[in-house]
Amino acid sequence: MTYVEYKQLSPLQKFAFNFKKFFKNLPGAVGRFFKTIGLAIVHFFVGIGKGFKNYGVTFVKGDWATKLSYVIFGFGCLHKKKYYKGILYFLVEVLYILFLVFFGAEQLYWLPTLGTIAQHTEIIDGFAVTVPGQKSMQILLYATLTLVITAVVFVIYISNIKDAYKLQVMKENGEKPTSLKEDARAFLDGKYHITLLSFPILMISVFNILPLIFMILIAFTNYNGTDHINLFDWVGLENFGNLLNVIDSAKKAQTFFGIAGWTLIWAVAATFSNYILGMIVALMINKKGIKLKGVFRTMFVITIAVPQFVSLLLMSQILAEDGAFNMVLAFFNGGVNPHINFLGGEALTARLTVIIVNCWVGIPYTILSMSGILMNIPEDLYESARIDGASPFKTFTKITLPYMIFVTTPQLITTFVGNINNFNVIFLLTGGRPTNPDYFNAGYTDILVTWLYNLSMGSGVQDYGLASAIGILVFIICATLSLIVYNNSKSMKDEEAFS
Amino acid sequence: MIKSYKLRRHLSNALIYIILGVMCIIWVMPFVYLVLHSLRLDGGVIDNGALLPKQFTFKHYIDLFAGNAPSGSGAATLYFPQWFLNTFVVACFSCVISTLSVLMVSYAFSRLRFGARKKLMNIAMILGMFPGFMTMIAMYYLLKIMHLDGTLVALVLCYSCGAGLGFQISKGFFDTIPRALDEAATIDGATKNQIFWKIILPMSKPIVVYTVLTSFIGPWTDFILAKIIMGDDTSKYTVAIGLQKMISAEFRSSYFQQFMAGSVVVAVPITLLFLKMQKYYVEGVTAGGVKG
Repeated sequence: MTYVEYKQLSPLQKFAFNFKKFFKNLPGAVGRFFKTIGLAIVHFFVGIGKGFKNYGVTFVKGDWATKLSYVIFGFGCLHKKKYYKGILYFLVEVLYILFLVFFGAEQLYWLPTLGTIAQHTEIIDGFAVTVPGQKSMQILLYATLTLVITAVVFVIYISNIKDAYKLQVMKENGEKPTSLKEDARAFLDGKYHITLLSFPILMISVFNILPLIFMILIAFTNYNGTDHINLFDWVGLENFGNLLNVIDSAKKAQTFFGIAGWTLIWAVAATFSNYILGMIVALMINKKGIKLKGVFRTMFVITIAVPQFVSLLLMSQILAEDGAFNMVLAFFNGGVNPHINFLGGEALTARLTVIIVNCWVGIPYTILSMSGILMNIPEDLYESARIDGASPFKTFTKITLPYMIFVTTPQLITTFVGNINNFNVIFLLTGGRPTNPDYFNAGYTDILVTWLYNLSMGSGVQDYGLASAIGILVFIICATLSLIVYNNSKSMKDEEAFS
Repeated sequence: MIKSYKLRRHLSNALIYIILGVMCIIWVMPFVYLVLHSLRLDGGVIDNGALLPKQFTFKHYIDLFAGNAPSGSGAATLYFPQWFLNTFVVACFSCVISTLSVLMVSYAFSRLRFGARKKLMNIAMILGMFPGFMTMIAMYYLLKIMHLDGTLVALVLCYSCGAGLGFQISKGFFDTIPRALDEAATIDGATKNQIFWKIILPMSKPIVVYTVLTSFIGPWTDFILAKIIMGDDTSKYTVAIGLQKMISAEFRSSYFQQFMAGSVVVAVPITLLFLKMQKYYVEGVTAGGVKG
């Protein structure tokens, strides 16, 4: 259909056309999404394959010292008189072997069973002595640590081989190996990224990646706070089954689907209420002829600036049964205080309240970002529209609105993902209340992440395995959404557009 | 015709002023309530049905900083000055470490080209998508193994270790600084290290200030991680969990007004810092755009 033909359609036909177009393009979009994932996996394995090939090729081409480097770290470097590096490599190997012998190997040995010895009493020299049992949690954590260290040592091992081969080639070409001083200088210039990144990467590995791997592994165990406190076992996909299988594990699955449904409603309502209301207010503030723009904007920015935990705790106090809002209502109610429990009473009231309070929290953010965008719309667009005799309403629907929607769509999806993970608002306002007796340790206003919190750190029944499984599912949802956005966002594609 | 158009515009503008005015009142009212009631004389949760306090006093602020227990409760178990000091120390240390890591990571990703760059950036993006609470339990056990649980050092580590992952905004800023500058410096014999410290950083004042302020504010507002690490040891609390403790069922009736006063004390400096930060953020983002 050409543009002219499209313009001649009635609004209803236009809608039908776009509707059809959307669903016609949907398979393509989903296909592209899976293609991206597929390509990433293929690249990953191709990379591994290449690594193996290089590993073999180097071994065949290497001289005896290089070949010996495959077993003894740093031998190639030592042989080619690059002593400091050779000694460092060798030290790594010695330390790693000591680490394995005295610590790591035992942890890896227990990893498949996660420990079998429970706390028990033994008769030693005629006395009954309580022998502490093994702690599966500790075994798993130490084993994860061992695995991470092994991965790091493996990287060092590969770089040792590469270095050995590089030095061999240099020697064959009659070049001298670089000195320590030259190498040190390279770390401030050519290899500066290693200097800059090694410290942050180390910190992130220890405090982010290691715990993450540990918790992902926990999702496949039956670790909980009731009957598997010290010793627990691998259970495969049972936790995921418990979450998704409505027939066999009625309560957990019911809770999961109930909470997932509410999370979805919450995320949609929170995102769109903020977006639409925020846009309307931003348009009002930025309208021509409205004075005191700065004052209004500052008022809203102040509410962002106040730390969220203060404003949310304050709100929870104002909306409490004996709080200020009930007093305001009493004023309109002829002096009779209704004592409505907004946050812990009825399910529907509590849910509506969190959505409304979230508007109070979130609209200023929307106003702030929208104001920036509104000011960026090129003025000549409006001028030419005015010359062509467009009414203010027309300019709004034909220029302002499309521009805003075009610019803010990626932001909208990011906000949506943020709302799925919006822990603060729910936790500080209601804490999940009112409790739902049909749910597994959750309440009516709990969303997936607050349920995760209840199950791992809150009061009540704790089930770490289930909590980790929820975390992984939330990750899958968020990652899918974010990947779609990142795939289509411009700033990701032309990173260097401005430089 | 023109007259009616003008009238209509005036009417619509008046309507907008009314709506905006009402909204401002709704948005600002809770904070007015907070300040007024932190100054209220008679204690307790509720001032007998009066929204506007009748008598004012600074007593609660003085109690808060002297660490006095409010009348009607036992010994002072909640000690706000200590919390304030804890938070300040943690914030200072984690601010230095976080700022350095963020700037280092974003410079490396923005200006240096190396093989693993794209891969590392993707990994960082994926790591950011896991819900943060998932790893907290593991982090706690990890700190326990290191015998750091219940210490302020643990808090500093937790707040600053992941900071490197938040490189996007400053990387975006560095991306906008023309590469010609780097090239010119390289020709003059500068190393990448010198370019970073002597050219890029001095040019990036807004984004540096922004990073410093965000990482300084972080510890003041976190209330989950600190609680997990500190457990029931109230003397090691930070202000955020301390204030939350004040309105827990156990303390609410006696500490409510100290909670209000404490909220004001914490909110005012952070609000001012945030407004400052916002200015630098806007400056950073727009300055970048113009240079292109």
